Amino acid sequence: MISAFRNWPSALFLCLIALSLLAPLLPIHDPLAMNIASRFAPPSWAFPLGQDEYGRDILSRLVWALRSAMFIAISAALLSGAIGSALGIIGGFSRGATEVLTMRSMDIILCFPPLLLAMLAVTLYGPGSLTLIPVLALVFVPSFTRVAHASVLTVRSQEYVDAARGMGAGAGRIMLRTILPNILGPLIVQFSFVMAVTVVLESGLSFLGLGVLPPAPSLGLMIGTGRATLAQAPMLLVWPCLVLSLLILVLNAFCDRLRDWFDPRHVHGTGN
Amino acid sequence: MLTVPARSAAPSGPILAVSNLTVSLKRGDAWNAVVRNLNFEIAAGETLAIVGESGSGKSVTALSTMQLLPRGISRIEGSIKLAGRELLGLPETEMVKIRGNDMAMIFQEPMTSLNPVMPIGDQIAESIRFHRGVTQAQARADALRLMERVRIPDAKRRYGQFPYQFSGGMRQRVMIAIALACKPALLIADEPTTALDVTIQAQVLSLIKELQEEEGMAVLFITHDMGVVAEVADRTLVMYRGDQIETGTTAEVFARPAQPYTRALLSAVPQLGSMREHAKPHPFPIFDIATGEAALERELPDIRQKQAPPLLDVKGLSVRFDIRSSLLRRVTTRVHAVENVSFNLARGETLAIVGESGCGKSTMGRVIAGLRKPSSGHVELDGRDLAGLSQHELSRHVQMVFQDPFASLNPRLTVGKAIQEPLQIHHLSSPKERVEIAADLLQRVGLSPEVAQRYPHEFSGGQRQRICIARALALQPGMLVADEAVSALDVSVKAQVVNLLMDLQQELKLGIVFISHDMAVVERISHRVAVMYLGEIVEIGERAEVFGNPRHPYTRRLLDAVPMPDPARRHYRRNLTGDGELRSPLKPRGFVPPQRHYEEIKPGHLVQVPGPEWA
Repeated sequence: MISAFRNWPSALFLCLIALSLLAPLLPIHDPLAMNIASRFAPPSWAFPLGQDEYGRDILSRLVWALRSAMFIAISAALLSGAIGSALGIIGGFSRGATEVLTMRSMDIILCFPPLLLAMLAVTLYGPGSLTLIPVLALVFVPSFTRVAHASVLTVRSQEYVDAARGMGAGAGRIMLRTILPNILGPLIVQFSFVMAVTVVLESGLSFLGLGVLPPAPSLGLMIGTGRATLAQAPMLLVWPCLVLSLLILVLNAFCDRLRDWFDPRHVHGTGN
Repeated sequence: MLTVPARSAAPSGPILAVSNLTVSLKRGDAWNAVVRNLNFEIAAGETLAIVGESGSGKSVTALSTMQLLPRGISRIEGSIKLAGRELLGLPETEMVKIRGNDMAMIFQEPMTSLNPVMPIGDQIAESIRFHRGVTQAQARADALRLMERVRIPDAKRRYGQFPYQFSGGMRQRVMIAIALACKPALLIADEPTTALDVTIQAQVLSLIKELQEEEGMAVLFITHDMGVVAEVADRTLVMYRGDQIETGTTAEVFARPAQPYTRALLSAVPQLGSMREHAKPHPFPIFDIATGEAALERELPDIRQKQAPPLLDVKGLSVRFDIRSSLLRRVTTRVHAVENVSFNLARGETLAIVGESGCGKSTMGRVIAGLRKPSSGHVELDGRDLAGLSQHELSRHVQMVFQDPFASLNPRLTVGKAIQEPLQIHHLSSPKERVEIAADLLQRVGLSPEVAQRYPHEFSGGQRQRICIARALALQPGMLVADEAVSALDVSVKAQVVNLLMDLQQELKLGIVFISHDMAVVERISHRVAVMYLGEIVEIGERAEVFGNPRHPYTRRLLDAVPMPDPARRHYRRNLTGDGELRSPLKPRGFVPPQRHYEEIKPGHLVQVPGPEWA
């Protein structure tokens, strides 16, 4: 009982993943099917959370919005994490001109406010989740590069890096096999942070009409329209906000567990 | 019962009285007793040394006395009385007044215990003002007087300097000055000289001793070094895993140890001069901690291949580091880390390189292991120039064992994987064979093959160093560079690891370059010795020659400074002034090193003709 409770982040995260993956198979209504006759209908057996301003099923729209939010957040964070960490490790390990090049180019990206950069890209390439992912990834590359770079600087002076060089290991092997595992902790923390911020940024952009396009469901879009009908149907605003908060909480807590799990000092299992 | 020494005229009882002290630390939900039922007293003018290996609870005892253990996770029971006043249970505000005023502490690391952005003099003056509430001018005058008392030369000029401008020994003097600012009745010194070079250690210990005689302080001295104990302590308390094993006058404890553990501990201490009768390296006798009995001594045959061409041949090696100005990035000064050094090493031979910190011995080790490129000169391995070899090729022939066994193993690799890593890098043998080789190597260094699945943090320092040695042997190199490989280990473990290296040398005909500052260990392990000073070799020769007939003034100074683990042979001269500090290897651009000449005392025993600075 207690051990299951202790590992609630992983359990909840798996639930959310399963929910997102299985959305098309679940016995829920079509999130796009409108029914003007039952606008703002209160919860019923058929529609447990009620219907929105077009009579669409709120529950099913929440599930599909969750699916798109998780897809965008995870792929953007993975993409920026991979590129950013690689640049940071290479820069921190090679020093010299490479370091200047990698770190300064990140400073250039950091000059642009993230929202502005996203709006620029959306104006150029049009809105939609396929633009959103590379743009969000680009926005968060510098944060990974900086975290990786700073961690490499402390790890590279450790004697076990010298020991690996002394064994005849090449630069690539040292970066991948010796340094990377030892800086994984801060990178995973950064990853969880980026996932959470990506979810917020994606809903913000969608809220502004620059992200996911209507009628496709998105948490940001739902909050945007819910705001307009706040007086008639306050729950239309409350449900997507609750899901958004839960999602961010679960992502953070899960990444915390992930970091502990990668640490060999941590006792695997239920703890003690 | 303790009798107060005659020289303390104070009528009252002991300065510090500790009875039934038990200290527990919280780990998870459980309380672990790390010090159990400790009893001791220190009178005015007396020095009590608490000795023990790491984990024996000696530092915890010191911190409990100062009440510096974090509250909440520590629990102190029993009684600690300072001049008759019970300290346990005093509120923090009272303790703040007592700390510094009535008792003061000096710590191991003089590098980190000073505020780096505050002038030295002000740091001393601050402590005086805080505790005595005198005016700024008065505090400044007192601080200057204190700096003179701890023999900091040129105190007026150095008052405004910052910690980075002070050497380690000088910083420790500053710490002592701060500790003495309010004339405490009790001084607690927690490994105050462990981070210092031997010649500096000798000066600092003499200084503490003399100040104690002047002030009549009680001194609680915490150390792991039996040599230091023998030099400074009136009485000795031996601790082992939290228990008080033995207490008595230092002379008695050393001459007639009552407990087997004390006997084992004392006999494991490397003693300089114990090898006079042996010309060749000789393993340490290993004593059983439970019984205090020695294992049988054995002789090792001489396996040096002196006739064959040398395994390692170093000719005219120099390493310099450029230091650039911060603005124009121009080279302004150079560190002459290694300067025109030549020597060779035969197969099956151990050459020790000794010297104090900053003498270039580690840099030289790294050049030989290929981790650093020389500025000029040649290193030949088996007749092949190192410059023509890639690190990949070189690593098959030379491997390194590093100083810090806690930093030289990748914490993310299991021990088995760590030992297999070199084989994997060189694509040698199949994965299944690698597991077998790792198991075999673990057995060879005295560990069970079952531990291969565990991570480095689960091992003690000595076990980790064994693992590092196993890893270094995985590629079957002909040569090992051991850079201070046993310096971080406890005495009994140190002896075992040194013996292990000797046994492996016998089996595998290894050539070993053994870099160390510990003269007593060097005396045991090496066939030949090279003494380095400021990047140059000042004396090199057979070990028995260099130790028995030291010719260079620096070699003599180094040997004189080694503390003797024998209270009957206290030999520290009263050499208190700060001269004898190491000079800097930092030289201006365009500096031309002087031409050195060597004199041959006996075949193979070369001594640099001392320059005018030694006159």
